[in-house]
Amino acid sequence: MAASSVPRAATRQPRRVAVLGGNRIPFARANGPYAQASNQDMLTAAVDGLVARFGLAGERVGEVVAGAVLKHSADFNLTRETVLGSRLHPTTPAYDVQQACGTGLEAAILVANKIALGQIDSGIAGGVDSASDAPIAVSEGLRQGLLAANRAKSTAQRLKALASIRPTQLIPAIPQNVEPRTGLSMGEHMSQTAARWSITREAQDELAAASHAHLAAAYERGFFDDLVTGYLGVSKDTTLRPDTSTEKLAALKPVFGKGDGATMTAGNSTPLTDGASVVLLGTEEWAAAHHLTPLAWFVDAETAAVDYVHGDEGMLMAPAYAVPRLLARNGLSLQDFDFYEIHEAFAATVLTTLAAWEDADFCRDRLGLDAPLGSIDRSRLNVNGSSLAAGHPFAATGGRIVASLAKQLSEAGGGRGLISICAAGGQGVVAILEA
Amino acid sequence: MTDIFSTIIGSPIARRVGVPQPTRLRRYEPGMPLCEGPVLVAGGGRFADGLVTWLGELGIRAIRALDPNPSDSGEATRLGAVVLDLSEARDPQDLDALRVVGAPALRSLARNARVVVIGTDPATLGEVSHVATHRALEGAVRSIAKELRHGATANLVLAQQDSSDGVRSAVEFLLSGRSAYVDGQVIRVDDRTGANADAVRPLAGKVAVVTGAARGIGAEIARVMARDGATVVAVDVPAAGDALAAVANEIRGTALQVDVTAADAGRRIVDHAVTRHGSIDVVVHNAGITRDKLLVNMDESRWGSVMAVNLRSILQLNDAILAPGAMPDGGRIVCVASIAGIAGNRGQTNYGASKAGVIGIVDALSTQLAERGITVNAVAPGFIETDMTARIPFATREIGRRMNSLQQGGTPKDVAETIAWLAQPGAAAVTGQVVRVCGQSLLGA
Repeated sequence: MAASSVPRAATRQPRRVAVLGGNRIPFARANGPYAQASNQDMLTAAVDGLVARFGLAGERVGEVVAGAVLKHSADFNLTRETVLGSRLHPTTPAYDVQQACGTGLEAAILVANKIALGQIDSGIAGGVDSASDAPIAVSEGLRQGLLAANRAKSTAQRLKALASIRPTQLIPAIPQNVEPRTGLSMGEHMSQTAARWSITREAQDELAAASHAHLAAAYERGFFDDLVTGYLGVSKDTTLRPDTSTEKLAALKPVFGKGDGATMTAGNSTPLTDGASVVLLGTEEWAAAHHLTPLAWFVDAETAAVDYVHGDEGMLMAPAYAVPRLLARNGLSLQDFDFYEIHEAFAATVLTTLAAWEDADFCRDRLGLDAPLGSIDRSRLNVNGSSLAAGHPFAATGGRIVASLAKQLSEAGGGRGLISICAAGGQGVVAILEA
Repeated sequence: MTDIFSTIIGSPIARRVGVPQPTRLRRYEPGMPLCEGPVLVAGGGRFADGLVTWLGELGIRAIRALDPNPSDSGEATRLGAVVLDLSEARDPQDLDALRVVGAPALRSLARNARVVVIGTDPATLGEVSHVATHRALEGAVRSIAKELRHGATANLVLAQQDSSDGVRSAVEFLLSGRSAYVDGQVIRVDDRTGANADAVRPLAGKVAVVTGAARGIGAEIARVMARDGATVVAVDVPAAGDALAAVANEIRGTALQVDVTAADAGRRIVDHAVTRHGSIDVVVHNAGITRDKLLVNMDESRWGSVMAVNLRSILQLNDAILAPGAMPDGGRIVCVASIAGIAGNRGQTNYGASKAGVIGIVDALSTQLAERGITVNAVAPGFIETDMTARIPFATREIGRRMNSLQQGGTPKDVAETIAWLAQPGAAAVTGQVVRVCGQSLLGA
């Protein structure tokens, strides 16, 4: 179909890319119900649920693109292996992508770009992460010793190599939520930024309570009936606390930051979570041929990175830089959106980002803008809940947000939505959807 | 899943000590002949000639009388089926044909053979003796069904004056392996016409919605309808989403997660079927739950939830399905009732009430929709081998399995086959019927 309907490259115009729907498994607290499930198991479940929802069994889609942040070395071809184990046609190509917490959204951008260029007509983008089934590596010393023994040509050489291994090197290396270049956890990075921007404990707890209330309400009205497929007996995100409140959250002890100024608790930070999500993208023609109505259009995207190692920017501040570039390219102001999906890595992440856009000095000195981007209508923020309530299986968050925002825009009868996701390594991935 | 053939009751030891052994039933698989062995078509009624011609077209040998002197070179040919057309009987003495023709024929039946008697629906007759004659057939056929052995069944088709299409459809179903567990039943057909365009895939081109399709009987209904050519929309609650997705993917249908008790469930089901697949030709109301308690201990939630899922949801869904722009003329609605809705069951006042209510829906709606050519029927399963019945304690389970003329439980496929038949274009003359799939259970007989 693509070959005949697409003109020669020189005259080819980018095509509109539709978000047609999504699917995810409920997100579950790490070491909970999905403790025994691998990344491939969960991603396959998410893909097969999507296939069932859209009647794609036995069909070849243009490409499946997904990834995981915590990845076993055996998962070198995770997405392709997932396709082979799914109900999609085995001739569906696939590749992995990895951009920390931006993985899911980056996957969607890649698929959307190929569709826009006429290289594929449809695609599935997503991500998965298991904080439970995490890879454990041997220590660097042990690894070097074993490799040397493997290279040895004689028993003596082999014994010598093995003898070089020290008992302390037998302790395995368990992956940690720590930035390699700073040795600080993400929460510690965030707590520094939050303190710099004077983000209060109350404001963070309010945002967390709203996330839970919004997510609970969305489940209640059946919003997720065609976005989530149950898995291993779980039918709702297990981190959701429908009955939480700012009072209950206020009682929690801070876990990040130091002393009286510490504001970040387990309640206003995302828990480690297991889960997977995927979204279905396609051209209008592909959608029509499959009797699908586009929920929204994938309009544009931008990524940014900040220098939190040598410079003095906060590690999770990159979206603050990505969004104004995206706005400028599309001739939009920050206020031109009906819905904002700002990933709640921590409540403080959302609040510092918003504060930065309101701050004249920041916008002038760091973003090079004449005037601050200004504030947003907070009633349009994360209206169906976000990561604080749903949980945050790193690479699965992008798919969750794209599908939920697209459906929200469709339900609202049209509008424009902004997605902002911060990622480890000082990166940010942002995008615009329209319906 | 265990069935009677995998338990001690069906073991060689039990056989040796004389425990009566059930027969493995002949169940339909695509490509299978309609029945195994020649069909005796007798009785001289108005449908006999047409049936003989039709059987010939299918390549099945039809004979009009038993050979009075079977060849002495070997055993007499075993009959695959006997179709006794007594539709023209006028007087009780005409029933003697049951004995005169039936007795020798019954002696010549093959395993898993079929006896189908055709009468005239007494409701369409006026004269008392005429009515009595055709009403008598019911008692005779139900008794024959109890006398038959080796997996053979007997059923009665009550026809109207010009019911040849309906008779043919019902006889086809009853002779086939699709009706393996349908025994001692009375099926009324009217004089509406209809035929299957595609004999192998009778539901080809049809869009069928099956509620409660994630597991058990519902999943099997979805599979059988897909096998017969339908595009299936598999519906179940979001909590059953993974099992539902597996079923939908297996049969290349689509999964729709919706709680049938939700206020907008009907609209969502119709929207999905029509926008994705272009129509909503068949709806199978299968979703159901049990919340058993004696009435004296029945709380509001047990009563209310069973009523909401099993009965009120069907009323609500039907409003959307039958609204303009949804189900076309000639559509099919099939409900899953239950023996408990006919016979009642201790601890199941709520369930029994809901399933009897379903039969009420069939009665009333079939009449209302006759003008649109939409048929409304129900199946009432008896003891069916499912994960649910597998959890019944051994002794109780064996009794449940045995208390029927076929001395075994049915399978989800048996229920599904009956539903798929009722959904066929060829079954246009069958409406307002409750077909029990129970092996002629003693309950509610």
